[in-house]
Amino acid sequence: MITPAPAVEPGFDTLPVDDLADAALRQARRGGATYADVRLRRVRVLRERVRDGRPESSQESVETGVGVRVLVDGTWGFAAGVELSPGGVDALAARACALARTVRPLRGEPVRLTAEPVPAPVDWQSPYEVDPFEVPAAERTALLAGWCGLLRDGGAHLAEAYLQVFRESTVYHDSEGRRIRQRRIWLHPMAFGFRIDAGDGTFEAMRTLGPPAARGWEYLTGTGWDWAGELARMPDLLDEKAAAPRLEPGRYDLVIDPTNLWLTIHETVGHATELDRMRGREAAFAGSSFVRQQDVGVLRYGSPQMTVVADRTTPHALATVGYDDDGVAAGSWPLVTEGLLVGVQHDRQTAGAAGLDRSTGCAYAESYRHLPVPRMPNVSLCPAPDGPDTDELIGRVRDGLYVVGDNSFSIDMARVNFQFTAQRFHRIRNGRLVGQVRDVAYTGTTLDFWRSLEVVGGPQTWLMSGAGQCGKAQPLQIAAAGHGCPSALFRAVPVMDTRTGATG
Amino acid sequence: MSTPGPQETIEMALAAARGDATVVIVESGVDRYLRWADSALVAAGDADEYRVSVVSVVGGRVGAVSVSGRVGRAEIVDAVDGAEAVARQAPPAPDARPLPEPGAASPHWDDPVRPLASGVLAGLVEQLSTGFARADRHGQVLHGYAEHRARTTFLGTSTGARLRHDGSAGHLEFTARDGRGAPVWTSAVTDDFTDVSVAGLQDDLDRRLRWERRRVDLPPGRYECLVPPSAVADLMNYAYTTAGAGAAAQGRTAYSRAGGRTRIGETIAGVPLTLRSDPRAEGLRCAPFLVAAASSGARSVFDNGLPLGPTRWWEQGRLRSLVHTRHSAEELGMPLTPLVENLILEGPPGGGAEADLIARTRRGLLLTSLWYIREVDLATMALTGVTRDGVYLVEDGEVVGAVHNFRFNDSPLAMVRRATEVGRTVPTRARDWGDAVAHVAMPMLRVPDFPLTATTGAV
Repeated sequence: MITPAPAVEPGFDTLPVDDLADAALRQARRGGATYADVRLRRVRVLRERVRDGRPESSQESVETGVGVRVLVDGTWGFAAGVELSPGGVDALAARACALARTVRPLRGEPVRLTAEPVPAPVDWQSPYEVDPFEVPAAERTALLAGWCGLLRDGGAHLAEAYLQVFRESTVYHDSEGRRIRQRRIWLHPMAFGFRIDAGDGTFEAMRTLGPPAARGWEYLTGTGWDWAGELARMPDLLDEKAAAPRLEPGRYDLVIDPTNLWLTIHETVGHATELDRMRGREAAFAGSSFVRQQDVGVLRYGSPQMTVVADRTTPHALATVGYDDDGVAAGSWPLVTEGLLVGVQHDRQTAGAAGLDRSTGCAYAESYRHLPVPRMPNVSLCPAPDGPDTDELIGRVRDGLYVVGDNSFSIDMARVNFQFTAQRFHRIRNGRLVGQVRDVAYTGTTLDFWRSLEVVGGPQTWLMSGAGQCGKAQPLQIAAAGHGCPSALFRAVPVMDTRTGATG
Repeated sequence: MSTPGPQETIEMALAAARGDATVVIVESGVDRYLRWADSALVAAGDADEYRVSVVSVVGGRVGAVSVSGRVGRAEIVDAVDGAEAVARQAPPAPDARPLPEPGAASPHWDDPVRPLASGVLAGLVEQLSTGFARADRHGQVLHGYAEHRARTTFLGTSTGARLRHDGSAGHLEFTARDGRGAPVWTSAVTDDFTDVSVAGLQDDLDRRLRWERRRVDLPPGRYECLVPPSAVADLMNYAYTTAGAGAAAQGRTAYSRAGGRTRIGETIAGVPLTLRSDPRAEGLRCAPFLVAAASSGARSVFDNGLPLGPTRWWEQGRLRSLVHTRHSAEELGMPLTPLVENLILEGPPGGGAEADLIARTRRGLLLTSLWYIREVDLATMALTGVTRDGVYLVEDGEVVGAVHNFRFNDSPLAMVRRATEVGRTVPTRARDWGDAVAHVAMPMLRVPDFPLTATTGAV
């Protein structure tokens, strides 16, 4: 792969960051802070929507600012602003210290951060070939309009294409001596086709399966996903979906494609193994977890075929960074090994509160205005080294469904009861696909589901996908997490009819 | 370092503009918040925001750029140049038209932005401190969040509009557990916390914790439910944010009818419900002019500055209006009803309080909030989600116990069609979708046959 010259952020790369960070850390110390960190962050975002070949919406936005987080008397304070001058950051550090003192009466146990190594100053950048922000606007819009054209030419009645691109630049310094500069580019293109039934006023829709990826513009032109091929196939699949019969609710064997299974992993394994949720820190908002800290090393999460790893290092995955927003180096660690729960995810303060020695490096703040909170790393299901391909998995099913593409997703606060739909449910009879069914959802509970996993596919079925818009914390923060997985076969999963609500 | 203020920024940007039409939006504000878990602080923040957005129109083509942060003269000119460069490359915008004729400028246009009172959290800290101690005495722990947010929006256009809106909002919410039953939840909308009583909210939590002491198991099925204002807000959020007239006429929303028509005029509610917006509604004020830093299906940048007034979306149970841009209204030959950032659902006068609806229930379930709501079928607006932090069995007019949580599958449109009673409308906030619609006031609804399709032990 060609590594281009680092993407340039005019007005950010040239900031006197050492002076700014030093001013903030100095003021924090004067204000009584025993620990402080400074995060200068710029997020450049492009959002573009094309409907039926005509532009509906396009905006490029750039957000720049600085957040100062302090620990005064074991109490957090945080202030964020946009004045990137020594005087400006000095004032923020003072505000953060003042806030910590104001809220000191509400403190419980003093905050304890795990001891972590201090790396030498470092500069990290995610790999990409073509910076999407350097692509002329006309070329971007033309490409999306072309996608709409492919869908319309194939017979879709309406088509829309949507692109989001993010370039996140962060400079992080803390009072323990960490100095880290990072830049990450990721994007999510998608297209929708609609089939309108003029007779009864109803419609059916279908979305592309191409996942978001930490790649550059090359991702839209053929590297990492075959958009043209997918868009060419979609209109016929959409017609078939619109005309498909419904399904008798009941228990069915499911071969779940990685384009759908990634989201189930995100909801039932990723969030359930966040230590802050397990400890009740999100009980008022994002929710808790059925997993308890004492379950680690004991809980049978799934069948022996289930091995799940967490990492922030896989190239092109959405949570991949060099260092987290506590300045902890990215790593890789197991969550579930051959069905047994063996690990969880956390940041310095959550690990410290839980009495652990080290953080797994999962702190992340959406913008300069947000406090770092523990966020999901890449959480991925491992393929079987000599495992079967998807056709072979389908061949093992007498009466079931092949589930493709994520769609509607909902799970309860403790990550137990879920209901997921898909872009397509293909009926399997006697090991062969015999056409789609519609208005279907698969449901169940987390442990039952993972214990029904019979076979995982081989590396040839594996796909890195992910969630670009995962929300957590108050104020709400959006983060991105990657999820890789193979195709996999689950036996006797409850399937419902979404029109009647009837379950099997 | 001196940077231009909002009004000066707008004049600077408009002076630098060379396009056919230019819109400049400046948003300035601050957020202050506290977050606690297990009756102890977990986060406190104080964050400023400052954003300048420029929309340039060149030959019916649009470029939109937004810059947030310290924005000096150089950045302002860069943003204008950037927006114009994008506009020159863009294909023609289908909704292109001259900007609205400006009305009178906002009388307070030149006033400085009101600084936030530095002590906005101080009084709350004292109340919370007392509240944590009370919870501790009763063997309870409290989780929750309090936020105050102030935003001032300035809109200036090359056609002479100079409009300003000063808004602020706050909310406070508590989850309580006492180790005996499932958690309970309550919330309040406020501006700056001076009008909320933590002790009063704790009284409500205590009442709910008492309800939790008798547990009842019920199977999945269809139940009459009392759906509280916060949950109704979540449901109406879907009804409102999918109500674009253009999309409905294209046949791709739940408001579509065959042959490029919409469901306007149809009776959609079983009781005379009125769903309306009014930028000047007391306690729910929002900008009385349209602001769009970028277009969406429901909002066009060409409509920036359009005056917004009272709008009835549903009137007495009938669908009266969908959300229009000037483009969609002209294309479809319908009255112009643009998007307004607040939403009020009302029944006939005299709607009861929660206690009145409970008292009139022979057998039903009183819900607390809905969570993790997602669209299952866009064509019917079918949603799924779960109940959260309290499902209470009501028999013969009284709460007799607490039930586990359920998953539901239903459409807000089907729910209002079946609704049989509407409570008193009160300011609230959607628990799941937050401020997707910034300011809302909703009633409790009595909804028979609410399909609760699965049970869950999750709390």
